[in-house]
Amino acid sequence: MSLDNYLYLSAILFTIGAVGVVVRRNAIVVFMCVELMLNAANLTLVTFSRINGTLDAQVIAFFTMVVAACEVVVGLAIIVTIYRSRRSASIDDASLLKR
Amino acid sequence: MTMVTNNGLVYLIALPLFGAIALLLLGRRADKWGHLLATAMSAGSFAVGLFQLSEMLGRAAESRPVTQKLFTWISVGSFNVDASLLLDQLSICFVLLITGVGTLIHIYSISYMSHDPDRRRFFAYLNLFIAAMLLLVLGDSYLNLYVGWEGVGLASYLLIGFWNQKPAYATASKKAFIMNRIGDMGLSFAIMIAFASLGTVSFSGVKEHSHHASEATMTAIGIMLLVAAVGKSAQFPLQAWLGDAMAGPTPVSALIHAATMVTAGVYLIVRSNFVFDAAPNAQLLVVIVGAITLMFGALVGTAKDDIKKALAASTMSQIGYMILASGLGPAGYAFAIMHLLTHGFFKAGMFLGAGSVMHGMNDEVNMRRYGGLRKFMPITFITFGLGYLAIIGVPPFAGFYSKDMIIETALNAGGAKGIILGSVTLLGAAITAFYMTRVMILTFTSPKRWDDNQHPHESPILMWLPMVILSIGSVISGFLLYRGEALKHWLEPLFEEHGEHTELLPPIVVSGLALLMVAIGVAFAVIKYQLSEVDAVAPENVTEFTRVARRDLLQDDINEALFMRPGQAITSALVKIDQNVIDGAVHGIGKMALGSGSFLRKSQTGFVRSYAVLILIGAAALIAAIWVVTT
Repeated sequence: MSLDNYLYLSAILFTIGAVGVVVRRNAIVVFMCVELMLNAANLTLVTFSRINGTLDAQVIAFFTMVVAACEVVVGLAIIVTIYRSRRSASIDDASLLKR
Repeated sequence: MTMVTNNGLVYLIALPLFGAIALLLLGRRADKWGHLLATAMSAGSFAVGLFQLSEMLGRAAESRPVTQKLFTWISVGSFNVDASLLLDQLSICFVLLITGVGTLIHIYSISYMSHDPDRRRFFAYLNLFIAAMLLLVLGDSYLNLYVGWEGVGLASYLLIGFWNQKPAYATASKKAFIMNRIGDMGLSFAIMIAFASLGTVSFSGVKEHSHHASEATMTAIGIMLLVAAVGKSAQFPLQAWLGDAMAGPTPVSALIHAATMVTAGVYLIVRSNFVFDAAPNAQLLVVIVGAITLMFGALVGTAKDDIKKALAASTMSQIGYMILASGLGPAGYAFAIMHLLTHGFFKAGMFLGAGSVMHGMNDEVNMRRYGGLRKFMPITFITFGLGYLAIIGVPPFAGFYSKDMIIETALNAGGAKGIILGSVTLLGAAITAFYMTRVMILTFTSPKRWDDNQHPHESPILMWLPMVILSIGSVISGFLLYRGEALKHWLEPLFEEHGEHTELLPPIVVSGLALLMVAIGVAFAVIKYQLSEVDAVAPENVTEFTRVARRDLLQDDINEALFMRPGQAITSALVKIDQNVIDGAVHGIGKMALGSGSFLRKSQTGFVRSYAVLILIGAAALIAAIWVVTT
């Protein structure tokens, strides 16, 4: 099987994630879409690692996972707090900083 | 020639300076005894002066000047200025006048200011003045003189505005200060020219150069020195501040604005005799200024009803005599100083007399509200009267000798100049006699014109004693200085030799003429004020001349029209430019930033998803751009 297919898959996953971030209002779903984009990027990195026969990109993928884990912790905490105070997880409602 | 060093000179200045600093720093704690300390300091300085005089008398004429180097002030390359003092035959005259009259006025002020809550501050300023004035006459270079020159200006400002709770008095002090600044600028220009073209600012250095420097340089220095003298000595055209300076307490008017500070201009010109001897044009200008001012002051004096302002106009006129004499070259310097010394006695005495009258009349200054005070204030009347006889020049009183010598020297100046100056000085003598007789009659001998709630009385001894001493001075000082040409020979080593002088008229005829003019002036005044009724309110239906003279010959109107209003116009134009052009530009830039900010603000919607779209588009555009560039 050609390694290109992995790249197509990651492109499709990234697009799904990006569209999800733009169109969905629920903060949890938006969050999952962000994770999807990150993992699509990871897949690309790993694929290129295999194509080039080096391990550099795999190392970067690990970094990405660590950053994603941290981001999930902080992001979920923010979402929970916003939900508690506003009784809503819609990201369109959280626009207080504009005023 | 090396001069004798004398380390005692510094005490002349140090004593009053210490008094001033102590009184100002100790504040209210010194209220009880401050005036005594200040008087003691002034008297101590006088004692040091007397001691110096006795030492000086013991030496030969050419080795009389003594110096004291205090410290090196400026030392830059070849340019060296020491803070040094120089006491010679000229400065000792001033030292004794300043500290002598100064001490008497300190004593007078103890009583005169006894009800003033700020008496301590007053005495501190008086001591400050004495110290600054001594520095002025003791400095051995123009730069040292300049320090004292500014110091007396400061003291004068502080004392004119001593009662600065009255806005008019505060304004008067500011007026004096600002007009003096113009003169001070002249002095600083003179110093700069001397430094730039001669490379030295000391008296001896400039004197050495005066023989071979170009006449143009000397004329420039001379004219700038004259500007300085004109400002400090209230000469035409910077005379307008002196009348208003009478806002200060009367002892201040006596000491600063009659006897000492205002004569600093005469000192400056006589001290710079070598400059003016080398610059005939500047010298001519000095004479012209003196002649104009002497008539100006005399004419203003005829119309003033305020006793202090009448005396101030008279001071201006008498200093005009001195300036005129100092512009007559080596022949006149000694007589300028002689008139200065005698004037110091009689004018200070008369101002103290005026203060005594005001003291007894509830601070009334309008002579039309006086009258018949001879009976109530006999001592003031006699001392004032002796000063009066001295100033109008009745023999054998002091003013007769000094003024007569000036008139004679002016007449002998040669040619048309001599005749013009001689007639001006003679006419001035007549007008002086007129206005001083007027003061005398209105105050002391005419019928009373004051209300019954006034209770005129003689002043306490602390006030009349200085007046008595000064009146003795106004009787004998002229004769003592004149006898055997004492002062002339005393000062002679300082001045260049002068050639044969022509004699237009024999001295006895000149004296006769002068006395005739005085008699005419007195007669006019007696007819007009003693033998006819005097109104208690200044009459309105007067000649145009009186009207103008009452307004000081329009000096303020002219200054306002020529300088103040154009100055105000320039200022308000600058304000408009500032508001419209400069502020406009600044505000415009601010508004621009504000406008573009509020325009860009619209893109910040607050919706996370729209930001996400923008990031997506941006990233896509970036990748597209890279793709386009790389392929």
